[in-house]
Amino acid sequence: MENNQIESQISETARPHITAKVEIPEQRSKLHTEDVQVDKMVKSESGLETRNVHAWFDKHHALADISLHFPKNTVTGLIGPSGCGKSTFLRLLNRMHEFIPRAAMAGEVLFAGNDIYDPGVNPIDIRRRIGMVFQKPNPFPAMNIGENVVAGLKLSRVKTSNKDALIEDCLTRAGLWKEVKDRLGSAGGSLSGGQQQRLCIARALALNPEVLLLDEPCSALDPGSTLRVEETIVQLSATMTIVIVTHNMQQAARVSDYCAFFLSDGGPGQLVEADLTTNIFSNPSDTRTADYVQGRFG
Amino acid sequence: MSVVIETMAPVPTRPWRNSKATGMRNLLAIALALICGGAINQVTGLSGFLGLFVGTAFLFPVFIAVANAKRGANVVTDRIASAVIAVAFIAVTIPWLSIFITVFQKGSEAFHSSYLTDDMKITPSGDDLQYGGIAHAIIGTMLMVLVATVISVPFGIIAAVYIVEVKGRFAGLIRFLVQAMSGVPSIVAGLFVYSTVVVLFGGFSAWAGAVALSILMLPTVARTSEEVLKLVSVDLRTSSAALGATQARTVFTVVIPTVASGLITAAVLGVARVVGETAPLILTSSYFVAKSTNLNDPIASLPIYIFSSLGLGDQNATARAWGGALVLLGLVFFFFLLTRIFSSRIKRK
Repeated sequence: MENNQIESQISETARPHITAKVEIPEQRSKLHTEDVQVDKMVKSESGLETRNVHAWFDKHHALADISLHFPKNTVTGLIGPSGCGKSTFLRLLNRMHEFIPRAAMAGEVLFAGNDIYDPGVNPIDIRRRIGMVFQKPNPFPAMNIGENVVAGLKLSRVKTSNKDALIEDCLTRAGLWKEVKDRLGSAGGSLSGGQQQRLCIARALALNPEVLLLDEPCSALDPGSTLRVEETIVQLSATMTIVIVTHNMQQAARVSDYCAFFLSDGGPGQLVEADLTTNIFSNPSDTRTADYVQGRFG
Repeated sequence: MSVVIETMAPVPTRPWRNSKATGMRNLLAIALALICGGAINQVTGLSGFLGLFVGTAFLFPVFIAVANAKRGANVVTDRIASAVIAVAFIAVTIPWLSIFITVFQKGSEAFHSSYLTDDMKITPSGDDLQYGGIAHAIIGTMLMVLVATVISVPFGIIAAVYIVEVKGRFAGLIRFLVQAMSGVPSIVAGLFVYSTVVVLFGGFSAWAGAVALSILMLPTVARTSEEVLKLVSVDLRTSSAALGATQARTVFTVVIPTVASGLITAAVLGVARVVGETAPLILTSSYFVAKSTNLNDPIASLPIYIFSSLGLGDQNATARAWGGALVLLGLVFFFFLLTRIFSSRIKRK
């Protein structure tokens, strides 16, 4: 039932588009040209959009010219073989990329109409509004389950009037409340791997983010826990935009509305194709996409 | 006709353990080694417990190998290695136990009912042992160590945070300086404080002593804290940043609470490093015979109590020195116990 609701929200205009630029722009500082300003009228009135994004690690060009649009309240799966830059791309979306020493980027990431890499933008604020869940579940060891859920508030000094209600709400939305409601005081590490990952999702939800980025959230989980996390993702997509990196083709097919296929031919990772998930899996326009989703390589 | 099926309850066994016969043979090997060791002891003129140990130590691995000879090369090698390790363990335990027992025996002579509460204000060091006490030295040592801890633990942890978390431009230089500092001889630290604090503020004082101790304590705290902070996984820091935390919030809300018990251990190691320091205190806090909590005046301390009592050569004064050594050992032990309890309480939370 959740899926139908989402299907109805998908319109042709909301399709991701690929720009066919080939030249590699100079790094960031010189990038603000007039045509970008003009474009701001048509740009994503909601959701998240990247324009000609590149990433470097020192001299290594890791990601080239990615332009993608993530419509509001949809799930987009990023697929592709290891080393094609999916995770790098994801980390660019909430300014986690800059934590890597000697990393560099080019292009624009538009969020609610503004480039998150504008000099005036506070990265702390961006990360609060664009949440992230990592590959390995990592609840904070010095906090119990309840404290873990509201850790984001503590960390970003946000005051809340009703902590208990927030804890219950977040854990319910992450599909964990029933399992842990009687032991909110025990350590986060005492949960199973799947429960820990859902706790990390609840932790990200407590800040009420508009976008949630998931970096292979199920790669360390068993099939049962994976299913629970996937259900959670589908439910959450009613109220937030979700971008998920996954190596699991079935998972991408199950949870995502759109799919973007990344590939590296030895050089920087590039976007091969982005489309509705049904099209990517049934009728891809690029033969490499077809080969990958059918398991012929990767 | 009914058939009664008798189910045998399974008996728990441990097939990987030594059989009784093997155990007996091993015991026999130990006993024989002890007897032969005793015989060597008698013949060669080695004497006492140490002589017995030396003889036994060489024979034990041989006998245990013979006792297990039938069980194959792997078992024999394993037994010889185990025996050598056991002998080595006892060899390093002997000096430790010897110090502990000697200090306890000789130190307890100086103890009397009010030893821990009296001072030496009206008692000469050579006086009978039922007079006087060590309270002034305990108070002085505790005070100076406390002040030194208050100075050096925050600085030490901040230095470690700078090196590990901030990774600032001078991180390499700071690490180098801390390493160099840990090699500073304590007398040099004492001389430094003498030539600055003591000379500038006109005389020996507990403050000067505390500063000298904090100079010696700082590198220990900083280096241990650095190693402890490195144990926190990068994932936790990244997750915290992804929740919109500033670096400072990440450090104080996630990183430091995660390794709180390790940081306490760092502080205790620092305390243990300086609590017995004598040389720098001779040059800074000097000595005083009465109980005092005035940090601007000279103050007593346990190491100097021991040092000055021992220097007199008098029998009773020497006994007092042993008493001081026992109190010092007890104090360090007490600190360790306290932090174990403290950090396990943190972990349980």
